Amino acid sequence: AQPLSEWAFTRHRLYFLTIGLVLLNLPCGSYTEIPPKPPGTVTVLPPVTPAEGPQAFPDAENSNLPVFTMNYARIQVPFEVTLWVLLASFAKIGFHVYHKITFWVPESCLLISIGLMVGAIMHSVHEEPPAVLSYNVFFLFMLPPIVLESGYFIPTRPFFENVGTVLWFAVVGTLWNSIGIGMSLYAVCQIEAFEVQDINLQENMLFAAIISAVDPVAVLSVFEDVSVNEQLYIVVFGECLFNDAVTVVLYNMFNFVAEMPEVEPVDVFLGVARFFVVGLGGMGFGVIFGFVASFTTRFTSNVREIEPLFIFMYSYLAYLVAELFSISSIMAIVTCALTMKYYVEENVSQRSCTTIRHVVKMLGTISETLIFFFLGVVTITTEHEWNWGYIMFTLLLALVWRGLGVLVLTQIINPFRTIPFNFKDQFILGYGGLRGAISFALVFTLPDSIGRKKLFVTTTICMIMFTVFIQGISIRPLIEFINVRRTNRNLETINVEIHSRLIEHTIAGVEDLCGQWSHYYWKDKFLKFNNRILRKILIRDNRAESSIVALYKKLELQNAMEILDTVSGDINAGSSIVSLQYVYPLSHSSACFLSLSLSLSRSLSLACSLSLACSLSLSFSLSLLLAFSLSLSLSLSLSLSVSFCGLVTLSVSLSLCPPGCLSYTSFHIVHPSSLTHYPFNLNRSDGYLRNPEGFGLGSIYQG
Amino acid sequence: MGSTNSTLSRIPNVEELMQETGFTPAHIVRLYDRFEALDKEKTGHLRPQDFGAINRLAMNPIGDRIIGSFFSTGQETVDFHSFVRILAHFRPADKNRPKDPSMPQPVNSRTSKLKFAFQLYDQDKDGKISRAELLQVLRSMLEMQVTEEQLESIADRTIQEADLDKDDAISFEEFRKSLEKVNIDHKMSIRFLR
Repeated sequence: AQPLSEWAFTRHRLYFLTIGLVLLNLPCGSYTEIPPKPPGTVTVLPPVTPAEGPQAFPDAENSNLPVFTMNYARIQVPFEVTLWVLLASFAKIGFHVYHKITFWVPESCLLISIGLMVGAIMHSVHEEPPAVLSYNVFFLFMLPPIVLESGYFIPTRPFFENVGTVLWFAVVGTLWNSIGIGMSLYAVCQIEAFEVQDINLQENMLFAAIISAVDPVAVLSVFEDVSVNEQLYIVVFGECLFNDAVTVVLYNMFNFVAEMPEVEPVDVFLGVARFFVVGLGGMGFGVIFGFVASFTTRFTSNVREIEPLFIFMYSYLAYLVAELFSISSIMAIVTCALTMKYYVEENVSQRSCTTIRHVVKMLGTISETLIFFFLGVVTITTEHEWNWGYIMFTLLLALVWRGLGVLVLTQIINPFRTIPFNFKDQFILGYGGLRGAISFALVFTLPDSIGRKKLFVTTTICMIMFTVFIQGISIRPLIEFINVRRTNRNLETINVEIHSRLIEHTIAGVEDLCGQWSHYYWKDKFLKFNNRILRKILIRDNRAESSIVALYKKLELQNAMEILDTVSGDINAGSSIVSLQYVYPLSHSSACFLSLSLSLSRSLSLACSLSLACSLSLSFSLSLLLAFSLSLSLSLSLSLSVSFCGLVTLSVSLSLCPPGCLSYTSFHIVHPSSLTHYPFNLNRSDGYLRNPEGFGLGSIYQG
Repeated sequence: MGSTNSTLSRIPNVEELMQETGFTPAHIVRLYDRFEALDKEKTGHLRPQDFGAINRLAMNPIGDRIIGSFFSTGQETVDFHSFVRILAHFRPADKNRPKDPSMPQPVNSRTSKLKFAFQLYDQDKDGKISRAELLQVLRSMLEMQVTEEQLESIADRTIQEADLDKDDAISFEEFRKSLEKVNIDHKMSIRFLR
């Protein structure tokens, strides 16, 4: 615990900075577009107001050389972008000063609140906020990073096991919601007391399509911290990502129809056809780009520095191409990330892998922060039209229809699931249907020909606020109260992995025995295809690796790093048992190698080994020398290690182990850089290593 | 449902079987058809060769162990009852079963499933998974990917993680404990046997 004065000082500083930043933003004047720069793309900024040459102090009539000049207009747009991003990020830092808040209130709510305050300040000085939630900026720049992050970190194994349920809820669920809400709202509109009779059926349906879609941004920010059981999580997660196809189709369809006087039956049929184009097209593009990206990374062994770039470029390209054809861009980028991840992580170097993961997470977090923040700001500054009846009924109907939808759909799909959803799961599934910024961006860009656009905007904002605040805050206590099956995320032991593999083989075998197949059959078929064809094309150094071996390596490395973290100071001061039994290269061609050895001694033994480790680094790859030992009881050891130019290491060790001690792992990775600052963070389960799961399938059959 | 009833009547002691395993008549019939399909020579018993004829099962790394688990010690053939009893392990557990400690555990309870998996490792049936047995299983699952030393390292780590009483073998209790956080019912159930 920090001393009170220090903490108070930090807090004051933080507030001061925040207010300072806000005030700095105020004299900015109004403008239309600030695109935050996504990595690598070239943003063509509109030419800023012309002030030819710097403006000089003092007055321009003076013909001497100006010593100090200022040209604000030139840097205006990037400067303001940076300030806004910083402001939102400071808010995020600020929340964590007081831990209890973030535990009970999801960050999205806090960000919206701060946004509301900033919006109030801006409104009172009659400034326009930057148009971050306008259609183009939002959909082209703000949304892709978040969706990429979700797609990249989807737990693949549970996802594929539940893909039927996910698609069922995403497609049929969203359709059910839209049509139900639309129809009922139309019925509500007929009631004279609410004065909304001028909204016709098409407009109601359009509005319903907009607000019925569960929003990935909001849902993920809430569900991330709450650990529900894996099945539930993956269904909610998958649903919010994959309902985009339906939303896109419905939105376009009703938009088109709202401007036309009448609907023909053939239009409905065309709508269905369009849905398939949108959905399958999105997935198809994603898969194609994913494969192209994997193929590209096969050849990048000599350009390691720009390897991460390919991931981002290809996924963004998939998104943009899908937007070009007005098909589901979210599905495109998600499937691209899914496909790409498995192959790319085998091709790229360890560092690139870490970089990719970290940058994806960073961009996603920034985007999410900005979106919620600006939701708050824009709430205050847009013009509203309030109508009690319409708004209350929308909220009510949305809840009711979602609840009904979940109930009915679960009843239908439960017989097809291995673990059926019980009522508690269904409740959380229904309650977790949060709406968010996508609805807002869509409603904001409704054509002005729709008379009641302001009402729609207000209703959407109310909907978002209600779901994010009320449902978002209450979902954690509710989950604890009704005692939903939780998940335990620390399942990574080698025992669990081995036994799970055994069980999987057993189930596959018994299924063959019974002559009936479930998804294990398709899994196996895909794996064979994968091993025989795909891996040969897409992966540079094709060596199939079982998830057991991968997990083992990962756990050993974690242990190594833990020891390293506890041994302070010079690494050579620690006792080390160095015995090198086997050297094999990792699956990338730079000769960074990992060697492990384990020796279990049960009696007094003299272990003397001479090890010679040679590594030649071919290109940019650096290798890390880390030699250590863990001995669980008293042991004496001497070691001598000499390294020549960081390239060749010779080490000799002699150790004496009394009976019953385990002299455990010794570990080598050859690297000439300093060891004490190695930035390994072992607390995250995805760590900085390649995900040992890949598709989580390992290799079931070698034959 | 005439054909169901007629098939059912051909199976001796079918009531007792359904009671013991919890399968519905439809399942029993389906399994019986499968049994007959496998039993090419119509002897009413299955031998290891009949199982081996299933191609994909033969390619399964632990296929021979699975087949072996059907044959209790000393027996060379499997009749329909044993066949069904073993398969009953893979039924999803009944959620509403009252937990009555005096009654024996049903075949598809978590403990029974774990026992089945344990016995796949423990071929000599001494109640422990020794290092050698673990190595055998690992070898068959990891086949060509790793060397012998690595296999030993992995096996050592596995035993070390699970072995609480330090006897260099994994007993059933230790096995069960290492899997306490895993949803065995989900992993070891075959949906269409519900």
